[in-house]
Amino acid sequence: MQGLRRQRPPDLRVKQEVILMKVYLDHAATTPVDPRVLAEMRPFFSQTFGNASSLHSFGREAKEALELARARVAKLISALPDEIIFTSGGTEADNLAVLGGVDSARGKKVVCSAVEHPAVLEPCAELGRRGFERVLLPVDREGIVDMHVAGRARGASLVSVMHANNEVGAIQPIAEIAKFAHDGDAVFHCDAVQSAGKIPVDVRKLGVDLLTLSSHKIYGPKGVGALYLRKGVKLKPIVFGGGHERNLRSGTENVAGIVGFGKACELALREMPRESRQLYSLRDRLLKKLLAIDGAALNGPRGAKRLPNNVNVSFGAIEGEGILLGLDDAGIAVSTGSACSSKKLQPSHVLLAMGRRPEQAHGSVRYTLGRSTTARQIDFTARKTAEVVARLRRMSPFKPGEDLSGVDFGGHHEEYVE
Amino acid sequence: MDFYSEKVMQHMRKPKNVGEIKDADGVGKVGNPACGDVMFLYIKVKNDRIADIKFKTMGCGAAIATSSMITELAKGKTLEEALKLSRADVAGSLGGLPPVKMHCSNLAASALHAAIQDYLSKKGVALVAAKRVKKRR
Repeated sequence: MQGLRRQRPPDLRVKQEVILMKVYLDHAATTPVDPRVLAEMRPFFSQTFGNASSLHSFGREAKEALELARARVAKLISALPDEIIFTSGGTEADNLAVLGGVDSARGKKVVCSAVEHPAVLEPCAELGRRGFERVLLPVDREGIVDMHVAGRARGASLVSVMHANNEVGAIQPIAEIAKFAHDGDAVFHCDAVQSAGKIPVDVRKLGVDLLTLSSHKIYGPKGVGALYLRKGVKLKPIVFGGGHERNLRSGTENVAGIVGFGKACELALREMPRESRQLYSLRDRLLKKLLAIDGAALNGPRGAKRLPNNVNVSFGAIEGEGILLGLDDAGIAVSTGSACSSKKLQPSHVLLAMGRRPEQAHGSVRYTLGRSTTARQIDFTARKTAEVVARLRRMSPFKPGEDLSGVDFGGHHEEYVE
Repeated sequence: MDFYSEKVMQHMRKPKNVGEIKDADGVGKVGNPACGDVMFLYIKVKNDRIADIKFKTMGCGAAIATSSMITELAKGKTLEEALKLSRADVAGSLGGLPPVKMHCSNLAASALHAAIQDYLSKKGVALVAAKRVKKRR
């Protein structure tokens, strides 16, 4: 007893200092698994663990869960369950669509927009290496495919344009582009990884043949995605094996992951109306505060042409990675279009395609909001951004608004041999 | 992407010797906004030593940290000694840099050499200095 009494009470003051407000504004990169999704997945690891291809009860239970998930995913995009092919994620679904969807009998030409995700750009580049003509559709200053140049898609075997851009949130006129592609006999693919769950995605209204979804962008687990394949559209597999997923994607289905994806789709569909209203309001609140910073410029469209959760701003005379690290110190997670944060050391191809200069791309920061984002977090983020920007500006040899085109002091690519 | 060392983060958070020297004896400017990194380095020379040094940098974490580090390494050194400072010295003092940053954002040594050259050329010894820098590389 004596010993117990002597114990010090916990020092709450010290503890409070340790607790830092963590603000996650990188939901376009990935989202946390929703607890309701996790709860649904749990039994499928060690209890209902069967192989969905097995005939026994273990297998049948897994198969049942798989088909429920398929129906839920289909419902999110107004498709039929047997139009859904599960994959290991958005990248695999994009690859399957592009590489499996082209048919040289329809023409040796593949067309995609200049602002596609690398998961579409790279398989298109691969087709280029295999002898296909590859055409990139340019975008306007807001990042939206210019319908005046849609004629360049003529004679294509496959056309792929994303529903909404991952960097600037620009929403493409998919129905129009799909119509154009179909006039020319092409198969039309749409990467809806960023739009699904945030704005309505209806495969019939959009008129697409193929459409990509990803689980981890909508509060489902990583490692799961799906390709919508419209009935009657021909697709060749790119993975060969045991003939799963109607012979289009061999490999034992990731049942737990797919169950989670299905639940995430169900929740997304149910919560979208309320959630998007909230996101639009928070997005515009952040936008307004950030654009009040001297030299800040919005990248991408405003209003309904932009995803409800995306804000992308270029801050003049400073570099994005510095801003990212400064915000990270304050507990705020964002991303940047700066070359420094890319593996390829190139500034954002999306911002360059939109006519931004390299230094504007280097100085861009993307904030993507999510289900848990609050007005308090938004205000905190805007305040911290202004502080970090001011600190980096004091260090910068340039002033915001200064014209840096053509400025070159050399020394960058000096022979580096040490 | 590789992560930065703690030392880089320290210099990134609290860089040393930020600013401009209005009546600098030598100024070195390197980099290119299109590549994302530009550094201006200002030196004050007294008795062939770097008496004061300040920088202004636009760039990523590595660009800022290397700028800050070179000012610490060069301060108080003779010009001869300062000219010997290399990109590898800067990176080493920072506990290393991610490999991709060694090439693109490690401009600080070049800026220092350029500032010293600027000072020497103003004194009319440009050629000697240029040769010396070449030899060191």
